[in-house]
This record gives sequence, C-alpha cells and structure tokens, in this order.
Amino acid sequence: MHKFTFVPVVLVSAISLAGSALGADEIKVGEFAALTGGSASFGQSSHRGTEMAFDEINAAGGVLGKKFKLITEDDQSAAGQPATIVRKLISQDKVVTVLGEVRSSATIEAAPICQENKIPLITPAATNPKVTEVGDYISRVCFIDPFQGTVMAKFALSKGWKKVAVLTDVKQDYSVGLAEFFVKAFTAGGGQVVKEQKYSTGDKDFKAQLTSIKVTKPDAIFIPGYYGEVALVARQARLLGIKVPLLGGDGWVGDSLLKVAGNALDGCFFSNHFSEEDQSPLVQGFVKKYEAKYHEKPDAMAALGYDSAGILADAIKRAGTTDGDKLKGAIAATKGFQGVTGSITLDPQRNASKSAVIMAIVNGGFKFEQNVAP
Amino acid sequence: MGDKLLELLQQVVNGLSQGSIYALIALGYTMVFGVLRFINFAHGDVYMLGAFVGFYLGPKTLKLFGDGPSYPGAAAVLLLSMALCAIIGIVIEKICYRPLRERPKLTVLITAIGVSLFLENGGQFVFGADPKSFPDVITDRALEIPASWGKISGLTITISQVLVFGVTLVLMFVLSHIVRKTKLGMAMRALSFNPVAAQLMGINVDVVISFTFGLGSALAGAAGILTSIQQPSIDPLMGINAGLKAFVAAVLGGIGNLQGAVLGGLLIGVLEAIVVGYVDPTYRDPIVFGVLILILLVKPTGLLGASEREKV
Repeated sequence: MHKFTFVPVVLVSAISLAGSALGADEIKVGEFAALTGGSASFGQSSHRGTEMAFDEINAAGGVLGKKFKLITEDDQSAAGQPATIVRKLISQDKVVTVLGEVRSSATIEAAPICQENKIPLITPAATNPKVTEVGDYISRVCFIDPFQGTVMAKFALSKGWKKVAVLTDVKQDYSVGLAEFFVKAFTAGGGQVVKEQKYSTGDKDFKAQLTSIKVTKPDAIFIPGYYGEVALVARQARLLGIKVPLLGGDGWVGDSLLKVAGNALDGCFFSNHFSEEDQSPLVQGFVKKYEAKYHEKPDAMAALGYDSAGILADAIKRAGTTDGDKLKGAIAATKGFQGVTGSITLDPQRNASKSAVIMAIVNGGFKFEQNVAP
Repeated sequence: MGDKLLELLQQVVNGLSQGSIYALIALGYTMVFGVLRFINFAHGDVYMLGAFVGFYLGPKTLKLFGDGPSYPGAAAVLLLSMALCAIIGIVIEKICYRPLRERPKLTVLITAIGVSLFLENGGQFVFGADPKSFPDVITDRALEIPASWGKISGLTITISQVLVFGVTLVLMFVLSHIVRKTKLGMAMRALSFNPVAAQLMGINVDVVISFTFGLGSALAGAAGILTSIQQPSIDPLMGINAGLKAFVAAVLGGIGNLQGAVLGGLLIGVLEAIVVGYVDPTYRDPIVFGVLILILLVKPTGLLGASEREKV
C-alpha cells in the first residue's frame, strides 16, 4: 500500500503548483477563528484585527504587486472543527498561509496539518509552548507563557526591588511556568527570592502563606495566578499589614478581580500583551483606525491578529515568493518587526521575542505603566 | 520575644479563625450524629446556602440599618441566614431523611450524599458556577495592638478573626446550655440514649429531630456568613472541602461531643496553618485526612468522646 500513496501526493502538489501559478494577481490567506461559541469574543477581536491589517496592506498596493485575499472559516470554538476547516482551506481554497487561532488547543489541532502540507501557520495568540514544537512551519506573534515571568522579574529589578517572595498556584501549569522563569531571571539579575510559597486553585484562605511571607520582609510579592484567588490574596495580604506591591501576569485580567479585591490591589502591577493606552504613535494610530471601523476599543487579541497579518506580509516581501518552504524561512527570520504589540523578533523556536506591557492598578482601575523589552 | 515566636503566634491566630469555621460546621455534624447516629453529609452544603443567603439578602438587610457596613446590620444578616438555614435543614430532614428513618442507617447515609450532590449541582444551576463577590457587611481591618505590649504588637489580629472566634465560642456555650438545661435538650439526650424508651416516655421524636436539624443548620448558616466576611468570594462548591474538614474535626474531637467538635475544629485549623506555614501547602489536605485515619485507628472515640459499650 505504501508504494501507491506517493501518486496522490504528487498529484496534489502538481495541482497546488498550478494553482499558485495561475492565481497571479492575488495571494490567498486562510484564517480559522472562533467566530461563534465559547471563545467568540476573543475570536471576533482577532479576526477584526487581521481583516483590518489586510485591508490596509491592500490599500497600500499589496505585496509583490499582488493583493491579499483573506478566506475566513469559523471553527465554532469546537474541538475537531479546526482540523476540518484547515484541511479545507489548504486543499480546496489553496491558501499559501494559514493564520489562527487565539486558543492553544485549537492551534495544536491544526498545526500538524499545516506542517504535513508544508503550509506556514502563524498563530496570533496561542501561548502554550507546545504549539510551535509541532514543527518548523509553525510560528507565533505572541510571547509564550513562561516569558511573562521573565518580564516581571526584569520589571521588579528595574523598580529596585531586591527581595521578592513568590506565591504559586501549584495546580496550574501556567502559574508554575511563570514562577519558574521569574525566579530564574530575578536571581540572575542579582535579586533574591526570599520565600517561595504555594496554594491550589480553589483555596480561599491564604493567611498562613502570607504570614510566612511577611516575616521575610519582601519588597514585592509575585503571584502568577488567576484573578479569582489573586483578589482574595490581595485582600488578606492588606489585612495582615503587608503593604508591598503584588505582581502578576495576564491571568489577573478577569471581571471579578477588582470587584472582590476592592482597593487592595492599588499600586500593584501585572504583565499583558497590549494596552490601548500605550502612547506610541503606532499604537494610537491603530486604536483610532480600529475604533473608526468597528466602533469599539481594540483589545490584546485584536492587536495580535493585526500583527499576525503584518508579519506575514513582511515575510512575503522579504522572501519574494509565496512558496511555502521559502516563506517559512522568511517568517522565522522576522527581526525587529514594528507591530502594535511591540517590536517582534522570532527566536530559533519561532516564538515571538517581544516586549510585554506592564499594567498598573490605580484607584481600582487598570492603567498603562510601561513596556518591558525581552 | 523573637521573630520566630511571633510568626508562630500569628499562624496560631490564623489557624484559630479558620478552625472556628470548621468548629461551627462540626457542631452540626456532631449533634445530628449524637441524636440519630448518622452523618448528614449534606451539612457542608447548608453552610454554602448560608453564604448565598447573605449574598442575595445581605445588601437589602444592611440598608435597614443605614448606609454601608455596620455591626447591627451584620448581626441581622447573620441571624437571617441562621433562621433560613434552620428552615432548610428542617425541610431537608422532613423530605429526605424522615421517610427513611426505619430503614438501615446505610440507606439514609447514601441519601445524604445524594442530597449533598443535589445541592451542589442545583446551586451551580441556580446561582451560576462562577465565584460571586460577597458584600461587605462589616469593615474589616486589623486591630491596633498598643506598642507598650512589646513585641506582641507586631501581631495582626483582624476584627473578623475576633468576631469569628467569639461568635463560635458564644454559640458553643448557648448550644451546650440548650442541650444540658432545657427540656428539649433533655429530650435530645434521652433520644440519643435510647430512642424507643424515649418515645415510650412520651417524647415527640419528630419534633426533637426537627429541632436538632434546625439548630445544626443554623450554625452552618452562621459559619457561611462568618467565612464570607473573611473571604468574600463564594461559590456553590465551597461546602465540599469545608464540610469534609469539619467532619474530620468532629471525629477528632469525638463525634457526638459538642466541646469535642469545637476543640477538633480549632485543632484542625491550627494544624493546617502550621503545615502551610512551615512544611508545604500541598501537604495540607493529606495531613488533615491522615489525622482522620490515625484517630480512627488509635482512638476511634476521639479526644473527648467517651468510650461507648455496644448495647446487647
């Protein structure tokens, strides 16, 4: 049986070669996104950002004298769908690249298909480290989970905080990853981790952990958990007389964070992908155009979608072709791309090495603090 | 006094406030067991319902006592939750346990697990599974300890911690007074001693059992409010862990013994704080449930429980 399989493969590649040769005036890009279902708010944002980026690039004349044609498919936030529609995008629509998704699980599903067919995949917001481990055709424009730990360590050092305690949620890989990289970077930078404490998702009483942290008199406490527990930790820390800033990652972003914490989190900081309050002209221009088009403020997912399209256009320009093999090399060689989510360089594992945004909490609201370069 | 000692003292304070919650729930377990000889596993979920009573009715109740958090308002919320939980407890007993009273104890035990699952999943359906932010019924803050007390002024004791501990002790004394000095209490003890003889002596068994359930559930309701004051994030599954810990506390103190339940609750609370503070937080639950196994192996009657000879 094995002998015969090469025939259809040759056939398919012959057709796709013919396809790219024939579609001379446009570059077909496939996008799979969660436009409906549970992740629809993220999926819609990322799709809008992507769509807007291609509109702008086309209005400016496109690349290689060709215009982009974006073919978007909805995966309904459902498992199984990403594989089906990405197969369709590649085999029927003959796209040269695939963009998507915001969810790591959906991206991990689609990635092997792109890898097999030698079609580059750029994901805007799948942060799980496993995504790009699928193969060399897969890359991303967001940073991976552990990176935020490094960012917060640098931020803490820049603030002059030399002694920091870490409180980790041992039930979340996300939290453990952030904590591990925070400790590594913080100690390498000359800081001292005075206490490493733990809790588990669902815990409500943190006074025992906080008491053992308090006696070490830290300058700040790094809590890379999710908003539910972080809010309670903050309240109890203040009651116990711990006045130092608390630091965290994008897991802090959640509706009930400030509702439960009240003003306990004032003066605290966390890392995120993007802030619409970033005053750089590039970001402000993006925000203005996005608001004019969609009548709402762009979030981090919209910004990442926008940058995924930008990076693709940039890579095609440098490669001078849409051939998958050469294109993947050009994408991987992305260096210093000025995106709205920061200056993006792809590292050897094709993960974006870029600056993160630090947000401050002031008077019970989020406020842009600064960018931190990797 | 050294820093180390101060830290230890602080952990004991933390443990006592958390342990008070376990103690309040354990009192309900132990009372029902004392009278009916069965473990009401839905008891932890009544505690959860107590917290939700405060969540839904708390803000309106507080308004009756002026704007914002106030002590009379908090007391009213506490009493309201206790009253509603008492009714819930009585209804649960009437609908689910009473028809099975003559059946083997195992049947009632399994029903209790069913009621517990019903309340947890029904709670997720009705209230939603996401954590809710509990309203501030009092303004919690750390108490000022005069600097003249020396090193001990470094200790942090919050108003809610004092409140939880105080309310628990008061309720324990009220409860033992009811059991020892009132007519209903005497009926409870008689029923516990010998149900058939008690009935022959003219004791209305149904009334006494309803009363027992009501009392125990009221305490669970109080625990629900007090815990939410300290940790203002509540969800429909909050009763599972607290209920299990309280069960361990009741067994540790000697199930059926009121003072034992409180002692057990406080000990478990302090043990947890010590393990989290000095050993490793991930060992907290294994150690607490290890205590349950150990006590059942070594002294099944618990610390304060009298050994009971099997009646022939």
